[in-house]
Amino acid sequence: MIDFELPEFIKNQNQLIQMVAEQAMRPYSRDLDEHEHERPQAFVEMTWPFAQQMVKRDLKGLEIALNGRTGQNGNGAAKSAPTKPNYAILSLIMMIEQLSWGDAGQYLCLPHPMLGGAAIQSAGTPEQQIRFFKRFTEGEPKWGAMAITEAGAGSDNSSMRTTAVLDPDSNEWILNGEKIFITSGGLALEESDGVCVVWATVDPKAGRAGIKSFVVEGHTPGVTIAKAEHKLGIRASDTVTLHFDNARIPYENLLGSAEVRQKGAGTKGFKGAMKTFDSSRPAVAASAMGIARAALEFTQEKLAEEGIAVDYTKGTHELTAVERDLMEMEARHKGAWLLTLRAAAQMAHGQSNRLEASMCKFRAGEAVTWITQKAVELLGPMGYSREWLVEKWMRDAKINDIYEGTRQINQLIVARAILEYTRRELK
Amino acid sequence: MLADAIARYANERVRKVFRDAEEDSVIPTDVVKAGWEIGILPTGIPEAYGGFGEYSAITGALAAEGFAWGDLAVTLNLMVPNLVAIPLMLAGTEAQKGAYLPQFCDEAMPRMTAALTEPRIQFNPYKLKTTASLAGESYELNGTKTAVPLADNAKFILVYANEDGQTQGFLVPMDAEGLEIGKRNKLMGINALPTFTIALTGCQVPVENKLGGADGIDFGLILAHSRVALGAMAVGVARAGYEYAREYAKERVQFGEPIAHRQSIAFMLAEMATDVDETRLLVWEAAWLLDKGKDAARETAVMKRHIDEMVVRTADRAVQILGGYGYIREYPVELWLRNARGFATFDGLAIV
Ligand SMILES: Cc1cc2nc3c(=O)[nH]c(=O)nc-3n(C[C@H](O)[C@H](O)[C@H](O)COP(=O)(O)OP(=O)(O)OC[C@H]3O[C@@H](n4cnc5c(N)ncnc54)[C@H](O)[C@@H]3O)c2cc1C
Repeated sequence: MIDFELPEFIKNQNQLIQMVAEQAMRPYSRDLDEHEHERPQAFVEMTWPFAQQMVKRDLKGLEIALNGRTGQNGNGAAKSAPTKPNYAILSLIMMIEQLSWGDAGQYLCLPHPMLGGAAIQSAGTPEQQIRFFKRFTEGEPKWGAMAITEAGAGSDNSSMRTTAVLDPDSNEWILNGEKIFITSGGLALEESDGVCVVWATVDPKAGRAGIKSFVVEGHTPGVTIAKAEHKLGIRASDTVTLHFDNARIPYENLLGSAEVRQKGAGTKGFKGAMKTFDSSRPAVAASAMGIARAALEFTQEKLAEEGIAVDYTKGTHELTAVERDLMEMEARHKGAWLLTLRAAAQMAHGQSNRLEASMCKFRAGEAVTWITQKAVELLGPMGYSREWLVEKWMRDAKINDIYEGTRQINQLIVARAILEYTRRELK
Repeated sequence: MLADAIARYANERVRKVFRDAEEDSVIPTDVVKAGWEIGILPTGIPEAYGGFGEYSAITGALAAEGFAWGDLAVTLNLMVPNLVAIPLMLAGTEAQKGAYLPQFCDEAMPRMTAALTEPRIQFNPYKLKTTASLAGESYELNGTKTAVPLADNAKFILVYANEDGQTQGFLVPMDAEGLEIGKRNKLMGINALPTFTIALTGCQVPVENKLGGADGIDFGLILAHSRVALGAMAVGVARAGYEYAREYAKERVQFGEPIAHRQSIAFMLAEMATDVDETRLLVWEAAWLLDKGKDAARETAVMKRHIDEMVVRTADRAVQILGGYGYIREYPVELWLRNARGFATFDGLAIV
């Protein structure tokens, strides 16, 4: 059945988040943009109770799944076929969109497992999930992060060099290496008892098969923040270089299996990372769409004040260039948003969405980049001025074209899927 | 099920004849008959009027995409009766529905068509140059219409005209005084579909033939439904081009490997696939709004303009991916490019 209606509880949730966006984000946007590396305190304070509730809900689901579980299937949460759609993902996507409408940089500072959580959910056992998520339901605010990227391993993240070696005496993994551009890395590991999922190889000769993910907990000795980046946009977001110098973590912090070449397991560890993207890409797309909506609404509003509004009944020759631009902005925004909702709905229904996740991600990144650049153009000198937030939104927007796989990498994934090609056939 | 039947028909019947139909400017009657017999329109007409179903723009959109993947001219031809039936359902008075709708549920395809487009550069369906003015017990229509499908064989033509600045519809019987069917049009594409220019010179139409009675119609709603139909057909044409180019690119070997192994080709295909999916969602959302009784004039205007560009871009990329062969009429993609460009001017030529 084709239905675009959102469940009632999501509509209610939207109203609450709208309030957060308007009261705890927008008023601080400019200041945080101009004072890079300052933390969005109002936002964190206001959202911490709410974020705790979200994680509590996830944990409750996990506990039920764990108690009701019959066979031991070791990997992944409740595997039994869901009877009704899991709306949690849809509600998350809506929340991300709305928070990013408020401010995309601040949104990334949500005290929540975030991307790290997505990784733990896709590769961790229910027991691990409970252990790592519990801290997000109590005490002081905490953050989650995920570290894949290295200086020599960006788009080609399988060429990563960070190593994890098992010390048989202490039964601990010893991490060595450097990760760069890690969102909320400092918040998760230095400023709170959060978690950061770090991808490293247990066998550099094994290629993809040797890559595993490990949960590094806040304040782990041997982990240092080597650098905080200065960026084009999302300046409220913490982007750091993580240095691992013989950082020791418990054996049980490995997500998934330690085996490099299990029978039939293939490149399972690395696939865990890729599986994370099935949910994180729609999340990034949703964030992009929040910025796009902010820019679109603002542009429409400001132009309307000038007496410029689209007349949707005009013929081709009557439409002004501005009206055409505004219509195309609307179309691209709606189109990318619907692709995003589709990828999320597939997850809610337990369907595989690798292709669609990449589709929505590259299209949303492309759309928000174009829409915000248009918005600055259409608002003239005021659009370019730092008095208004549009120019900031344009700077914020661009990251969505880059992280969680660049536009090109996601196109590559789509292309391979539709052509049924391997990595070798389509490089 | 309906979608399967349409896909089978498009693949097994339409795709066998569409090139010859275009070259010869005629669609084999058995193909049209088989398409009509799938029964899309009667399933959308309520039982009270002789049909067996409930109207849904979403179903219409699904059907339109499926047919148009086969061929656009055949699709437009099959859906000509919709041009009258759907506006009747959306805006007709009880008397008009009772009088006309049962005729659309016959086994034979009803001979009804509609005339919206006018032969001028600055055509805008909201600001027609064809006029209607009330004089006593009848309306007088004056103006010229073009791209009127199957006009030569019609019993009635639903003519849209400008009455006091509003677009209104008038059911004009073929024998009406002052109606003249002119030349068959020669177009850039969709040549298998016979379309005509018609002239209305002091053409008299009884008042009861005004669609919607004295109050008339909300033309924006009819146009919105037309844009959903055309949007869906454009998605069908784009998908045809995308799929053909994708399979071709996997077969065609240059520099020792299939051209699809190159990113410049593969990325075009990825964009084409995404464009098709994205625009289909836009069409479905608009159709869904219409089915819920919402006003979607704005959404459909935005969607249509966006899709008009998408379908040309996609068809163009298909030609590009086939290289020189794409330019040759033995291959279908050049026809899809010609057909694709038409969507920007096809307002009112299809409706679901
Ligand atoms: C603000 C910010 C936050 C980030 N947060 C995180 C985080 O939390 N965790 C994390 O692990 N990483 C994070 N990243 C890293 C981000 O995911 C990478 O920067 C991104 O994947 C691209 O890698 P790269 O910068 O090395 O670019 P490169 O891989 O060097 O790419 C350069 C260009 O080449 C193109 N290219 C590369 N390979 C191909 C190919 N095969 N075909 C076609 N084109 C290709 C790319 O599309 C791009 O245009 C973050 C980055 C930034 C800027």
